[in-house]
This record gives sequence, structure tokens and C-alpha cells, in this order.
Amino acid sequence: MTGTTSASGLHLPQYLREAADLRTPVGYAGYKSTGLRAPLRGPVDLPHRLTEVTGPLLGEGRVTAADADLTRQHAGEPQGQRIIVHGRVLDSDGRAVPHTLVEVWQANAGGRYRHVVDNWPSPIDPNFTGLGRTVTDGQGRYEFTTIRPGAYPWGNHHNAWRPAHIHFSLFGRAFTQRLVTQMYFPDDPLFGQDPIFNSIPEAARPLAVSRFDLERTVPSWALAYEWDIVLRGRDQTPYESHEPGADDGDVA
Amino acid sequence: MSRLHTTPSATVGPYLSIGLAWEDGPYVVAAETPGAIWLRGVVHDGNGDVVPDAMVETWQADPDGRFDHPDDPRGAVPYPGFRGFGRSQTVTEGQYAIYTLKPGRIPDGEGGLQAPHIDVSLFARGLLDRVVTRIYFADDAEANDEDVVLRSLPDDAARRSLIATPTGDGYRLDLYLQGDRETVFFAV
Repeated sequence: MTGTTSASGLHLPQYLREAADLRTPVGYAGYKSTGLRAPLRGPVDLPHRLTEVTGPLLGEGRVTAADADLTRQHAGEPQGQRIIVHGRVLDSDGRAVPHTLVEVWQANAGGRYRHVVDNWPSPIDPNFTGLGRTVTDGQGRYEFTTIRPGAYPWGNHHNAWRPAHIHFSLFGRAFTQRLVTQMYFPDDPLFGQDPIFNSIPEAARPLAVSRFDLERTVPSWALAYEWDIVLRGRDQTPYESHEPGADDGDVA
Repeated sequence: MSRLHTTPSATVGPYLSIGLAWEDGPYVVAAETPGAIWLRGVVHDGNGDVVPDAMVETWQADPDGRFDHPDDPRGAVPYPGFRGFGRSQTVTEGQYAIYTLKPGRIPDGEGGLQAPHIDVSLFARGLLDRVVTRIYFADDAEANDEDVVLRSLPDDAARRSLIATPTGDGYRLDLYLQGDRETVFFAV
């Protein structure tokens, strides 16, 4: 292990940052809860070093095949429209992100979360927890079977309703790529009044909306929606080494 | 090659525990691991109130300063029983708790060594994206003085907001989302 501390010894991938006009800001005036929580001082730039370009490679061993089917976690089937949600996890260079953990959670068909602080008058479904997990395959593909979540009211402003959505959590392969987000359904009439959706810059909003996928529907069984998730990509020369003959990039 | 635009982030919302609670979340190493520490702290909002629905995630090098990861150009080195990653929700009076081993020093890419540190992501209702910070350790004063990231901060108050203090069984660092003591957060 020579050279690991020399100035030229570390050639790390640098992860690209999306333009500010395509990124969700941390705080947004229309979303009340940001008021006392979103930091008010600007963040300090943290160049990407070893801790930032690495990250937890979790997945295999944390999930079973059954975790990807949210309709079969109880004795009976949940109420609601059965759907398949599928897509690919990519980085912004278009490369698949294989074998990465995808965690989802959602409300039931009536828009009720199975959670102690959700108590609006819509029933709990005894056959629905609303938790799913899977790991992308070698091509970065994921797929869940679930039911379409309902919209639900919340206290942000008068008569506020969240559009139907599924929460997604992804790791990618580096600390820089960590992403927690929400997937919406096409043409939701509630988009216009939802500050969480509208906190996304307008040009990036279509990236948060899934596409109805007729081809992947299963006749007499389930509708389908497709949603690709794009994590931050890297610059183009991540593994270049100054040491001739160094073989540090391609560990078989 | 044309670049794809990244998927925009969104808040974890109030119901994150449905999807993100892991029984072993806080355990970067298994219970009873010799030399392990509890890293704890309380998350505060701009009123000084505790934030009981946040999630803190940690990522760090092992005690030898290595990562079991292919993108570490020094090579991926496993450390038995060590996951590197911790996840804790703040349901108990806004407190996170991570059980881990103190990381070793790692190269800073500029000829020096970084002080032992842990990268932190904080997620909560009211945050539309994660916020990122670092945890350092007060008893590494000399290493902290040399650390390229701490040195880049404007003043000692900013540095202090990242430095955990020793406790009986580990270290403590409270996180302040806003206010006079607002924690230094990083753009990564």
C-alpha cells in the first residue's frame, strides 16, 4: 500500500451535481413544515473524498423476493387497484445501477398510512402494511406489486390534499448518490395545489411522475406504471492513475 | 453522450418509519463488540424544540481507515462484522443513537490525512432533501487541527458544531437545523 497518502495517489470519481434549477430545494415557503427545519445558512461545499465516493452496498441478504409484493404480506389481499410499479435505476450517465437496495412505503387505497400519527377518518386496511423492499437486478431493474395509494388530506393549508404517491429510498453506490423521493401518478388533478410536488422546479417535475405502461399490464390482474430513477453520475475519468502499471481499477 | 437529468428529491414525510425502520439500523457493529461506542445526539429545530420524526444515517471508514468498497483506489478491504452504515430514527425525544467503532484516519487526497470523521445524512418531514454534515471527535484535537474539511470552515463556532464530545459510553453531538447554533451543513 505505497502512495496512498501522496498527493497524486488518490484518483477518485467526482459526482456531478444537478443544476440548481432542476433540484428540489431543501426548504420551500409553501410547505409550512420547512419553516423551522430547513437550515437558513447556505451549505459549505464538501469536495468528494474517500468517504463521499464510497457508500453502503446493501441489499442482498436484507430482502426476500416476497418483500417486493405488498399485496401478499397478510392473510388476505388488500383493497384497491392492483398495480405493478417497475423501472430502472440509472446514473446520469445512463449507466444501470445494479444490485442496489430500493425501499418503498405508501398509504393504502383509501389514503391512510399504517402509522400512529395518521388518524384521519379513512380506514386502516388489515391486509396492507405499505412497506416494500427489493434489490435491482444486473441491469438496474426493479419491480414492485402493490395497490394504487389513495390521496389524503393534511394540514398544510385549507383543504390540502397530497396527490397519490409512493415514497422511494435509494442508495446507489456512493454517499453522494443517496436519494429519498416520491413517485407520482400521471395527470393527477391534485398536483396544482400540492406544495411538495410544486417545490420541485417546474422543469424537473415530469421526472417525478410515472408513466402508465399498457405493455406491462397483466391481463385480468394488474395495471402497470413505469418509473426510471436517475441518481447522480460521475465525471468521465474516475480511475485514471498516475502510476504506470497500477492495476487498481478493475478488480475481477 | 447526453446526460440524463437526476430524479428530484422529496421529503421523507412523517411516515418514514413504515419504510425505513430497520431493527438493526443503529448497529454499525453487533452489540457487545469490543471497543464499540454509542454516538448520540438530539436534533433541534429553529424553535429549539426536539425533532422526533427525523432519521440520521451515518457512513464511515473502519478503525483502520479503510472502506469495503470498490471505488476506494487503495482497494476494498472488509473489516469483519463492520457495516460502515448506521440508521437511527429520532423517535425518543429527538435523539439518534448509533453503535459503532470509531473510524481511523484516511488520506485527504492532498497529501495529508483527514481526522476521524463520520458522514451524516439527516432526513425529516419539512426537509425536501437530505441535509449532510460530519461528526468529528473532540479527543482528536491534533488530527482535527490538520483536517482539510475543518480547516475550510470559517470559524471555530462552525468547527465546534461538528465535534462530538466524550460521554460515558461514547460521544455526543447535537444537531441544530436552525438558530444561533445552526450546525454546519455541506453541499456534496
